[in-house]
Amino acid sequence: MKFLVALLLTALLAFVAGLWLGWWSIAIAAFLIAVLIHQKAGKAFLSGFTGGFLLWGLLALLRDIPNESLLSKKIAAILPLGGNAMLLILVTAFVGALVAGFGAMSGSYLRSSK
Amino acid sequence: MRIVPFIASAVVTTGLVWALNKGWGTIPPMGRFLSPQHGFWQNAEAADYDYSADLKFPDLKGKANVYFDERLVPHIFADNDEDLYFLQGYIHAKFRLFQMDLQTKAAEGRASEIAGPKAINYDKEQRRLGMRFAAENALKEIEKDPVSLALFTAYTKGVNAYIHSLKESEEPLEYKLLNFKPEEWSNLRTALLLKMMAKMLSSGTENDLEDTNAKTIFSQQDFNTIYPQVPDSLLPIVPKGTIFDSAGIIPVKPATADSLYFGKEDIVTATEISRPDKNNGSNNWVVAGSKTQSGAPILCNDPHLELSLPSIWFEMQLSTPTSSSYGVSLPGSPFIIIGFNDHIAWGVTNAQRDVKDYFEIKFKDVSKKEYWYNGKWEPVQQTRIEEIKVKGGATVYDTVAYTGFGPVMFDQSFGDSLSNKKSLAIRWTAHEPSNEGITFYKLNRAKNYDEYVDAIKSFDCPGQNFVFASKTGDIALWQQGKFPARWNGQGLYVMPGEDASYNWQGFIPQNENPHAKNPERGFLESANQRPADSAYPYFIPGTYITPRAIAIEHFLSGMTGITPADMMKLQNNYFNTLAEEALPVLLKYVNENELTPEAGRYLEIIKAWNLEADPASKGQTAYQNWWNSLEEAIWKDDMSRTHPASPMPEDQTTAELLIKDTSSLKFADNINTPQVETLSDDITIALNKAAILLAQKEKEGKLEWSKFKNPTIYHLLKDALPAFARKGLNVGGSGTIINAVTHSHGPSWRMIVQLSATTEAYGVYPAGQSGNPGSKYYDNFVDTWVKGEYFKLWMMKASEAADTKVKWTMKFGKG
Repeated sequence: MKFLVALLLTALLAFVAGLWLGWWSIAIAAFLIAVLIHQKAGKAFLSGFTGGFLLWGLLALLRDIPNESLLSKKIAAILPLGGNAMLLILVTAFVGALVAGFGAMSGSYLRSSK
Repeated sequence: MRIVPFIASAVVTTGLVWALNKGWGTIPPMGRFLSPQHGFWQNAEAADYDYSADLKFPDLKGKANVYFDERLVPHIFADNDEDLYFLQGYIHAKFRLFQMDLQTKAAEGRASEIAGPKAINYDKEQRRLGMRFAAENALKEIEKDPVSLALFTAYTKGVNAYIHSLKESEEPLEYKLLNFKPEEWSNLRTALLLKMMAKMLSSGTENDLEDTNAKTIFSQQDFNTIYPQVPDSLLPIVPKGTIFDSAGIIPVKPATADSLYFGKEDIVTATEISRPDKNNGSNNWVVAGSKTQSGAPILCNDPHLELSLPSIWFEMQLSTPTSSSYGVSLPGSPFIIIGFNDHIAWGVTNAQRDVKDYFEIKFKDVSKKEYWYNGKWEPVQQTRIEEIKVKGGATVYDTVAYTGFGPVMFDQSFGDSLSNKKSLAIRWTAHEPSNEGITFYKLNRAKNYDEYVDAIKSFDCPGQNFVFASKTGDIALWQQGKFPARWNGQGLYVMPGEDASYNWQGFIPQNENPHAKNPERGFLESANQRPADSAYPYFIPGTYITPRAIAIEHFLSGMTGITPADMMKLQNNYFNTLAEEALPVLLKYVNENELTPEAGRYLEIIKAWNLEADPASKGQTAYQNWWNSLEEAIWKDDMSRTHPASPMPEDQTTAELLIKDTSSLKFADNINTPQVETLSDDITIALNKAAILLAQKEKEGKLEWSKFKNPTIYHLLKDALPAFARKGLNVGGSGTIINAVTHSHGPSWRMIVQLSATTEAYGVYPAGQSGNPGSKYYDNFVDTWVKGEYFKLWMMKASEAADTKVKWTMKFGKG
């Protein structure tokens, strides 16, 4: 339960922060939530990671669908991901996840008692 | 707190953020780039995106509306001129900001700020060419005229209003990819953009450096044969037989010309890095009501430029209560450049005249502060220390001396990787003070022939052929520009810069520029050919292109009852007029017994060919390769006698030489072989050689003309972003054919305007209105252009705001 709440709050706070702050605010959001809702480091990482993954993956998907994958296919050819739009969404989600995961882990260690 | 794991974890997190927030070489900052709220995903525009908006700006004087039709063409309706150009600037920036920013930075010699060290020499050349100097001189002219200043300033404010409203997440995609920021607009940047056009169209229209070398290996007679001033088959812009007034200015050849200029055999080893494309040219023509079905004149124009995504053009309508014009504009400049209003239509092709000369300068010492002029050491007019900032590298400095002729383009520190390191100053009409923009302001409002002439007469550089038609039935064509009055031979080669006698002595009076109005034959055309035959009383060198004009005249003179549909067909015509001239000679002299079986097979394809360079044509591919191979066989050995090589003759010249001089064409002999080759040998060897390449292409399935040349429209950043390009387009043509599509160059805008009571106009360009690769309006015109089809152009009336063609409305007001 705690895991799920932390995960969802991470995604929510990161989204709100992203409206005003730079892309890196996802790390801060994950960090703050992990401080607020304490979990063990591994679990915190995983909830941050999953929260970041879901947020960036979902937001990317929501940009991609109305765009009919017009741009994602081109960017996926440049990066290079063989022009695969879905792969690009997964890469996007993974980068968001990684940053959020480490941010959350740092937060967890800050609160750790022993 | 668990100190050690916390620190370790925090370090990993910050390290990750740092690494993802930083560009690595050509890799953008990936965190920001991928972030769906900040990066490229923000540029993924919804297919049903709503462009409507309600916007307020303090700089606006009144209310204005911008109506977008289904092709995203904006129809701007403003209360007054200043608001009109404010909005044009705003709209240009909204759809083309990166393009405007990149092009003007490149024009100024600041490409290294974006592209890094590989652009340093390009930047040095732009600066040594005096691009900024030219723009500053133009800006001074603009500032002298209160009307111009107000218009250009309004445009600049409009661009900046958009830039200031831009959130980081909304920045065009390329800024995110290349990791830089949009820069504030200014009137100087508009002037720079117009100078970019001046370079594109009037800096490559001479061969002075190469011809200086050619002069050392060819006799004067041979030189005139290989590089003739007036081609035999020329059909000039001003119809043959026109009587010209005698020259108003008669320049005097210096007494020393034969020894110090014509007779001097001195190689120049400097070469330009970024010479404008030789194919920069265009077609335009106009037919009088006597030749059309409707009885109204029809005006046609297709400017041939590098094709790019986004396009150099942006289509729009500009209206106030007192004027309405429609056509294509240049993002970065106010006004409609090619188009029509409710009274007239106009278009442009390039004049191809030589307006740039080189003068050899003798400096006192390496400080380049004084040079020998008129018998004494003369101080330079100014020295510019050029500071070139380089992305990912140290700032580079370059010192450019300005003589009385102009900036020193080449000297021992630039442009000459070989031996002699001469100091060469240039004089170029683009440096002269002038205000080209005002011509378009006036043309957009001109109502008749007199107002058209008044509008164009102050247009100095680049020289253009302004075609004209009016609803009152007049047709006209003026070659307009500021052209030096030259003595015979002046400026063909590098000239001595040690005294005033070789400098330009004046300019051809404007009213003596070649022009024609309402000719009896009922049509006028220009296609980059020489504007007049030898009866014109001035020496006017240039890099003229002859064949397209021949084809256009051939078709137009046989036509009556012309409709816009006929003109569409003509703009898309693939007839190879050069092949029509040259092929009979090739077929007559080819020695079929000496051909390889492969070559023999291609010869049969060529014999069966209908002379059309259509996309599926195999004959065109085989012929063209044969021809190219033949030109190489005839000329390459001769031209390689100098380093750098001397220029190849024009295709037209070679064709004419073959036709008139087949038995004695001495250049046919390859000077590098012991035996003496005849023309017949060259023709046969050329086909055998071409057959090898053709066989290889055929194996790859690329014998069809469009597959062979692979027509491609690149993104502005070319090979760096192939995913943003459109490749393998199914179009034929070539630079010397009316439909002048080459690999990545060709008709950048096709327009046909019939000036009937209700104007009937059509147009298309190979790109789309949006510069955003993430928009469906990025390249949505391409397929229409490829098929040779057109869009009907809608000159909207203010009363038609409720028309179903209006898809979105942007409302603007003061606030």
